[in-house]
Amino acid sequence: MNWGSASEFFAMGGHAFYVWGSYGVTTVFMVAEVVLVVRRKRTITQRLGRMLRMRIGGKHEAQT
Amino acid sequence: MWAVFQCVVRRDLTLAMRRRADVLTTLFFFVIVVSLFPLGVGPEMDILRMMGAGVVWVAALLASMLSLGRMFSADYADGTLEQMVLSPQPLTLLVLGKVLSHWLTSGLPLVLIAPLLGIQFGLSTQALLILVMALLLGTPVLSLIGAVGAALTLGLRGGGVLVSLLVLPLYIPVLIFGAGAVDASMSGLAAQAHLALLGAFLAPALVFAPWATGWALRISLD
Amino acid sequence: MGLNLNWFKYSSPATFYPLAGKMIPYFAGLAVVLTVIGLYLGFFVAPTDFKQGEGYRIIFIHVPAAWMSMLIYVVMAVYAGVGLVFNTRLSSLMAYALAPTGAMFTFLALWTGALWGKPMWGTWWVWDARLTSELILLFLYIGFMSLRAAIDDPRRAARASGLLAIVGVINVPIIYKSVEWWNTLHQGATVTISSGTSMESTMLTAMAVMVFAFWMYTIAVVLVRVRCEMLEAEQHTDWVADAVREGK
Repeated sequence: MNWGSASEFFAMGGHAFYVWGSYGVTTVFMVAEVVLVVRRKRTITQRLGRMLRMRIGGKHEAQT
Repeated sequence: MWAVFQCVVRRDLTLAMRRRADVLTTLFFFVIVVSLFPLGVGPEMDILRMMGAGVVWVAALLASMLSLGRMFSADYADGTLEQMVLSPQPLTLLVLGKVLSHWLTSGLPLVLIAPLLGIQFGLSTQALLILVMALLLGTPVLSLIGAVGAALTLGLRGGGVLVSLLVLPLYIPVLIFGAGAVDASMSGLAAQAHLALLGAFLAPALVFAPWATGWALRISLD
Repeated sequence: MGLNLNWFKYSSPATFYPLAGKMIPYFAGLAVVLTVIGLYLGFFVAPTDFKQGEGYRIIFIHVPAAWMSMLIYVVMAVYAGVGLVFNTRLSSLMAYALAPTGAMFTFLALWTGALWGKPMWGTWWVWDARLTSELILLFLYIGFMSLRAAIDDPRRAARASGLLAIVGVINVPIIYKSVEWWNTLHQGATVTISSGTSMESTMLTAMAVMVFAFWMYTIAVVLVRVRCEMLEAEQHTDWVADAVREGK
């Protein structure tokens, strides 16, 4: 354990800006990518679901 | 087989000569872009001498890329390209003919006028000689690799910009050794290594690029 | 009877879709676990570098990101090539799914490289051979993605981007070598990212764990994205209707 205290950990030996700058941007990008891709998946499934219901709806009217 | 090659080249050259403006626009673009740099950077000769080769080469890259769009677009529009693809003659040869005509109309003029522009940058005659030789070896490679890009983006909206995005990264080795040859000769080193490498790019490009372009044409046309 | 494993069983989207769906949670979970271990090792176990102080800890994401950016490009090119040669739609979709993650890792490698370069070399951007090649790799990714986006007909898009990926991957070593030669000729290889003089063992293990964490992350994200691509590409098929109805 080479950090005396939490503040020392965040100071990162004077390189705080650079280390946390790079880790911060990396986390932001990776989390953003995950959120975007999951949201894209959800919107596609919802859209296809709606189109499916419309098509099936259409068929029922045609049959009755 | 070679008759068809000559026929394609002759046809394209006559077409180009009929619309001489296209050839000249590439040339004037090259001259203007090269002349802009001293205005931007300042008149000190030693700075200009140091960046002369790089500027000429980047301008050559942009000029040859500018005219890539025209390589297939006219034939694509009026359907001759489809006839070419369907013809019994090997498509690679036809494409080589088109690339040669593109180089003759947009690569060779740059090579001929480059010494004139080199003088603007205070390059010594020895450096100018190396510049011309490097361009002579390099511009065909630009046309060959550019042909693949042009074939891929056939008939796409915004194709011109897209070709530059696809093709410029692939031009980088040619740029590095083209400009490097002149820098090496100016700083007293021998430039043979760079010219040899440019030749090493040219040889495989001559073999593979037309074949890849033919493949790209079939993809774009079917 | 012999092993008549049908190699192409999972290459049809209908069968690959549920399989990918089942695999994603495992890869995602593994990615999180490995990242936590890697960061713990990196920050709390690995000692301070005597020359670079604490700044070197950026290595734990810079090097994995750079390696991933190169690896993903090659894997993407192989998928795109297979899709072009064998006309298997799923391979091209896989290449599309890989490209954005690869481009992101390339950007992250450049970003963390610059932030690491500032304290070590004093400037944000150094025309070091590796950084320059990474920048060119980013252009190749952008070229691949924009070509696909520019073509409406999916079949042509798949084959055109496939050919571009093959041409690109052939040029990547040439570009890397010429940039390295260009860099050493100009101002000599004085500036190299010294990844720790002799890589202290805990640093190495921390970085290795982070590399695997990034692998798992990539696989998870790419699988989700490829499922999106599959749904979009095959939206008129019955298996998509069933999958959507079951809410998978």
